[in-house]
Amino acid sequence: MREIKTDTITDAVRQIVMDAATDLGDDVVAALKAAKKVEKSPVGLDILNQIIDNAKIARDEKAPMCQDTGYAVLFVELGQDVHITGGDFEEAINEGVRRGYKDGYLRKSVLGDPIERKNTGDNTPAIIHTQIVPGDKMKITIAPKGGGSENMSEVKMMKPSDGIEGVKSFVLDRVLRSGGNPCPPVIIGVGIGGTFEKCAMLAKKSLLRGVGDRHPNKFYADLELELLEKINKLGVGPQGLGGTTTALDVHVEVHPCHIASLPVAVNTQCHAARHKEVVL
Amino acid sequence: MSEKKIITTPLTDETVEDLKIGDNVLITGTIYTARDAAHKRLVELIDKGAELPFDVKGQIIYFAGPTPPKPGQVIGSAGPTTSYRMNAYTPKLIGAGQKGMIGKGEMSAEVVEAMKKQKAVYFAAVGGAGALISKSITAAEVIAYDDLGAEAIRKLTVKDFPAIVALDCRGGNLFKEGIAKYGQK
Repeated sequence: MREIKTDTITDAVRQIVMDAATDLGDDVVAALKAAKKVEKSPVGLDILNQIIDNAKIARDEKAPMCQDTGYAVLFVELGQDVHITGGDFEEAINEGVRRGYKDGYLRKSVLGDPIERKNTGDNTPAIIHTQIVPGDKMKITIAPKGGGSENMSEVKMMKPSDGIEGVKSFVLDRVLRSGGNPCPPVIIGVGIGGTFEKCAMLAKKSLLRGVGDRHPNKFYADLELELLEKINKLGVGPQGLGGTTTALDVHVEVHPCHIASLPVAVNTQCHAARHKEVVL
Repeated sequence: MSEKKIITTPLTDETVEDLKIGDNVLITGTIYTARDAAHKRLVELIDKGAELPFDVKGQIIYFAGPTPPKPGQVIGSAGPTTSYRMNAYTPKLIGAGQKGMIGKGEMSAEVVEAMKKQKAVYFAAVGGAGALISKSITAAEVIAYDDLGAEAIRKLTVKDFPAIVALDCRGGNLFKEGIAKYGQK
């Protein structure tokens, strides 16, 4: 049994909250630079340049790359041999989120009630997904999620007869209908299988993979590349203003499912594909 | 890149008519931020025939909610938010004299009709480039709805604010044109 204090959790969360907002991953920046070499639209190219310049300014000046610093979504892999001491685990995370959004001068975008719509003022509560795993470590990943791209996400309970072609059509249609709304170039997370909520989680978690990381199963790795090519042929382009760079990558995750079902989820991620992790 | 058109606010019919989709513009002058919650309140005032907290005639509304400024900054990161959420409100504001919108993503046919009728223009700024865009904002002041926090109405002074004409006053639509031009079967 290893002890981890709640204060340690709070401090770690505060730091990754701030780092995620300002420091775009090298994989995303490299993908944006690679896109510049193939983008056919002059407007699209100008937009890609602005996005790359923006990422550099954000990193150099520790400024949020986007004013939508997101809903704080955290994934925790909690070792079963860890004993958390000093207080409430989820409150420790929320306190880290609270401090990170305050000290990092990040925007508070969370409303206490979806209908009343009054801002909680500190960007809490966070969304916390905890998984118990073997070991005595705790891995915390933050993936702050902007509203614009999250709004262009969808779950569809397809028929088994729709098959793989139906899945592809749904993904492509979702991207086309999203147009410029989710800030393309996007990264598309696709969850196939499981249940209604499971496929949404698969799609969301797939977005934690690095740009260019392929599914270990060749069939799904090929599907990712096929969808990426087809998405980039839609013509949506950077910011939806036309072009050949609509997505930087597609990630697919799958799960066993019921004989009656073919659940599919598309979680759309903007180019500000932020995530940071810490292991305690 | 094509030459950039320099435009100043408030906008006139002539300025709006001169703009066509795909034009790169640099906006200088005063613009006002408003998002969903502020738009709702503005349109409620219009519906009641009450006075708005600022005169929208000839003005540009920027769909944006910035991050808080760090000490010494006039504003934090301040990129555009998605525009379609304002579809329900913008025609009424155009009816009250608004001449321009800055946002990201497409707006509805109803907005385009109002734009054609009243001569207004819609600019796309680069979503997710909030740190870069904030460099063109030289002053910011909350002028209404402070209780809304990031969603309050801010009067911004901008210099060479970069944007692209995405919908023009003749019904030109860069989103549709872009897909037609670059989409491959």
